[in-house]
Amino acid sequence: MARRTIMGVYTEANGAASAIEGLQKAGFAGHEYEVLTGAPYPEGAFGEPHSKHRLYFFPIIGACCGFAVALLLTSATQIAYPMVQGGKPILSVPPMLVIMYEGTMLGAILFTVLGIIFESRLPASLPAVYDRRISEGYVGVVVTAPEERLGRAIDALKQANPDVIHDERVRSPR
Amino acid sequence: MRERKVLSDSLINDELLRFPLHTPTWFWFAAGFLGLFILAFISAIGIMVVFGLGVTGLNKPVMWGWMITNFVFWVGISHAGVMISAILRLSQAEWRRPVTRAAEVLTVFSLATAALFPLIHTGRPWRAILWVFPYDFARGIWPSVRSPLIWDPSAIFTYLTGSTLFVYVALLPDLAVARDRTTGWRHAFYSALALGFRGTPRQWKLQTIAGILLSALILPVFVSVHSIVSWDFAVALVPVWHGTVFAPYFVIGAVHSGVSAVATMMAVLRWVFRLENYITPDHFDALGRLLVTVGTAWLYFFFLDVVFALFSQEAEEVIVMQQRLFEWPWNFLTVMLLVTAYVIPVPLWLSRRVRRSITAMFFTSLLVNVGMWTERYWIIVPGLMKKYDFSYSWDQFTPSLIEITLVVGSFAIVFFGLLLFAKIFPIIPIFEQKEGQIFAEEIEVGRARVPAVIRE
Repeated sequence: MARRTIMGVYTEANGAASAIEGLQKAGFAGHEYEVLTGAPYPEGAFGEPHSKHRLYFFPIIGACCGFAVALLLTSATQIAYPMVQGGKPILSVPPMLVIMYEGTMLGAILFTVLGIIFESRLPASLPAVYDRRISEGYVGVVVTAPEERLGRAIDALKQANPDVIHDERVRSPR
Repeated sequence: MRERKVLSDSLINDELLRFPLHTPTWFWFAAGFLGLFILAFISAIGIMVVFGLGVTGLNKPVMWGWMITNFVFWVGISHAGVMISAILRLSQAEWRRPVTRAAEVLTVFSLATAALFPLIHTGRPWRAILWVFPYDFARGIWPSVRSPLIWDPSAIFTYLTGSTLFVYVALLPDLAVARDRTTGWRHAFYSALALGFRGTPRQWKLQTIAGILLSALILPVFVSVHSIVSWDFAVALVPVWHGTVFAPYFVIGAVHSGVSAVATMMAVLRWVFRLENYITPDHFDALGRLLVTVGTAWLYFFFLDVVFALFSQEAEEVIVMQQRLFEWPWNFLTVMLLVTAYVIPVPLWLSRRVRRSITAMFFTSLLVNVGMWTERYWIIVPGLMKKYDFSYSWDQFTPSLIEITLVVGSFAIVFFGLLLFAKIFPIIPIFEQKEGQIFAEEIEVGRARVPAVIRE
């Protein structure tokens, strides 16, 4: 079943919120539409469903990996080249802690950044229809749905008085 | 915050992308001017590599001079950037909006510059890899993790990587704006970097969480880095170096010089890029208040360090402290660093008029960093100049032209980095400004109307 993308562009957040309400009434599910804005709005400002994420797992996994690598590195290098200093044990724990701490934090940071990119669904291509004015304060409502249901989506978008409706089939400048 | 200007999204885009998308003539002159100093910096390294460290003022026993002083100074400057940004993000301080990115970028460039100095100080920088990274499977010789000179690179690498990624993640939405307003190769460049960011509620939500989460992760790293830099000194047996107070003393000194550097930089940004709508006297007022607290805490640790040295009543400690306080030129430097880093600026910052004067804040914050550079020199060199057990020589330290060039060149590298960044990317976060406009509200308190911020 062919799917097509359309986008209603609104000058104000209220218009976009009305469009989303219309789409929900017309039976469109959350994954069939999305709101595009040039700035962060409070979650749920457009009546969109709250999105769930697992970002908080990433730093924990990263920290564990970083700790393990640093532990391996510090202990293995000391065992590989055993050098007795001042009659102390070969494995010197306090300095190992310094490097293990840095390794843990580095792992946590790297995985957090990976997590942010992954959970943001990036890298991604722009939608089939896009309007550059979104970065100037306009709000876009993108609907991707089977062709036969798009008529209802266009009606819902039109009822909220859009500035323009872009259609994937009618290519307009992005 | 009493001042809030109502700005449209397109005006914010226009003003904050003006410099990245249009090149004024002065940019080429500024880049060329700074480029000359960078060329001199590279030449100085070349001379040092060809002729050896003998071309510097280093000698036996003063083996750490201006290069290590400069290293500590730039690591210190790098601290305020992310600290300010992280604390302001975590506390959701409204005045963070125009400050964060410039502070983070200052961190990246000053830290990268700082990292150069221990490398070139080795005299054979390409060999540093043998001393730092555990890779030498053939010889079976590994770096000793007991050495603070191994802790340093691990801490700096973590901090530099973390800070750079922090800048990049927060830059994603602005790269998308730049992508939407450009054509040709610029469009391709910004598109590639923006990774297809399009501003869905999910992406914005993660962007907000990312700022807080990365701040929380970077703050402990920030504290560890300058603590570890201080241990380069504190774990040595050189008198006046091996103090238990060194770690917090270095960290607070770093914050003092770094926050001052941010104030200086904000003034320059406002003047050069005409950012009056974004960087207001309110921001300098807030920075000034912060500096009064930080400066006073630094003074407390400064005296604590002196008292700790004298309290031990060890002959070596007393001799070096006597030299610092009563012998020329160290007595002059003691007075100079106290006057420039505290006595002049901090009492002035108690005045609201001074805090809100951008010119006054520029000069007073600049003065702090004159004092803080001197303080690092004052900490490092005198302790090395005396004869102790197991050291059989003593000498004075006079910087050579090579070291002077390297220090001046390091400033040029940081300024050039900041200029180049501002030329390519918006130096003030565009999306944060827009968010500030969305969340802005005016409320009535009695008969007064005051600006307020809506919070989730």
